Amino acid sequence: MAAQEAFPVDGVNSVKLKVQGITKRFRSHGVEVLALDGIDMEISDKEFATILGPSGCGKSTLLRILAGLSSPTSGSATLDGKLIQGPGRERGMVFQNYTLFPWLTVRENIEFGLRLSGKDKAHCQEVANQFIEKIGLKGFENAYPKSLSGGMKQRVAIARALANDPSILLLDEPFGALDTQTRSLMQELLLQIWEEFHKTIVFVTHDVEEAVFLSDRIFVMTARPGRIKAVLEVPLPRPRGYEVKSSPEFLRVKDEVARLIREESIKAMEWTLKVPPSEED
Amino acid sequence: MEKKGLLVPRAPIPRPLYLGLGIGGFAMVLVVWWAVTWSGLIQPFFLPPPEEVGKCGYQLFKELDFLSDIWASTYRILAGFLIAAALGVPLGLLMGTFRVAEAIFEPLIGFVRYMPASAFIPLFILWLGIGDLEKVAIIFVGSFFQLALMVTVVARSVPMDMLETAYTLGATRLQVVRKVLLPASMPGIVDTLRIIMGWAWTYIIVAELVASEAGLGYRILNSQRLLQTGNIIFSIITIGVLGLITDLAFKWLHRKLFPWTE
Repeated sequence: MAAQEAFPVDGVNSVKLKVQGITKRFRSHGVEVLALDGIDMEISDKEFATILGPSGCGKSTLLRILAGLSSPTSGSATLDGKLIQGPGRERGMVFQNYTLFPWLTVRENIEFGLRLSGKDKAHCQEVANQFIEKIGLKGFENAYPKSLSGGMKQRVAIARALANDPSILLLDEPFGALDTQTRSLMQELLLQIWEEFHKTIVFVTHDVEEAVFLSDRIFVMTARPGRIKAVLEVPLPRPRGYEVKSSPEFLRVKDEVARLIREESIKAMEWTLKVPPSEED
Repeated sequence: MEKKGLLVPRAPIPRPLYLGLGIGGFAMVLVVWWAVTWSGLIQPFFLPPPEEVGKCGYQLFKELDFLSDIWASTYRILAGFLIAAALGVPLGLLMGTFRVAEAIFEPLIGFVRYMPASAFIPLFILWLGIGDLEKVAIIFVGSFFQLALMVTVVARSVPMDMLETAYTLGATRLQVVRKVLLPASMPGIVDTLRIIMGWAWTYIIVAELVASEAGLGYRILNSQRLLQTGNIIFSIITIGVLGLITDLAFKWLHRKLFPWTE
């Protein structure tokens, strides 16, 4: 827990997202489960933070609480000093499963949030065009999601969240269902977009390499009940390209994180033998 | 290597062959029909040969105003079906969306739907007579409860992820219902209507068989009384054709309205 105490609070950037003592309990198959136990986090403005943990550690539950889709049993989270009490457009979310609206075209999906808030048509179109270009889907504006590949769908989902101009972007294992090659391209694309828009990002994953490649800081979680086991800074320079993955510094950080997560994965396995996996995770 | 051949499990076969076999299926029935009637195995009184049935059909249209029978049945079905849809679809959407509505209506509807529509016929005759109203009521009872329950399932199966995505994009509850639940449920609703329409054909015939002055069911019963087997068979085939046409129309509508479905 030493790493947690040495919490690097950025002196330049203010605290964007503050998580204080979040605990989550729920019943799963008649068993009381403690999913999250006293989570404290501070994430700075424009930071790329990753929550990394073994499966079932409650990392998705934590992200859902930040999105306002689930409420904590105790504790609280604030964004820009405002208490999070429900979902809101200032917190964009990208889910692992492709949640594009299948009855809307690529363009209409991207415009969805803007249209909800009653923005005029011309403005919506302009923003959508801009994003369609950025995610490299020109020529697919009028395609329905059914004709898109998994990677393309996730690009649209990211664009849809960003087009809404949220102040923070929450991503729940967004590339988890993609093949390895597509996944690494998507990571690069996400970094490119992030360099340009520079939003605060909270990214949930169980993939060590992904976490190291993308993040400024990694919050490593313990197996259930989920606690913050360690917070590591990734001192790799930006902008990062895929070449960085073979640098000695990258490998050193990756190794360190992998060691931490391995201990927890072993515990997590023992856990799943005792308690059936929860429906929330 | 991909296995090909006619008897490889689930292996595809050429499209023309598929169509040809489908037509062959019909042809086979005709051939058997001819065989048993021409050979004298079954007397024409019980089963007239196909061309005899065709002739009966011609006479039905020409002399007995068969078209008005078809229209009488179709009109009753449409009326009952439209009323059932107008009430059942919104109710189903409500039950699939709000647990409160589900709690109030689902046990009740789940109970009523096990009561066969045909069991209501005597009651409705007492209440409403033997005219169109009684027929429409039977169609309504037969369709409405099933329809509401099936639409409930459709609405309930819209993935929660989709609703949550809309919330994180700033949607209000009303917007989630209007912009997500409703469009996501539409294809399932049209499919449900298609299936219910098929059942409605069964109910109308039963209702008309019991007591009626016009309609396909009436025509069938009347032909039985007059020992006109050919007319019975022609009427039954007509019902099949009408059912098939409605089914195809619904499928066409589905393709036109929802090009985005898989």
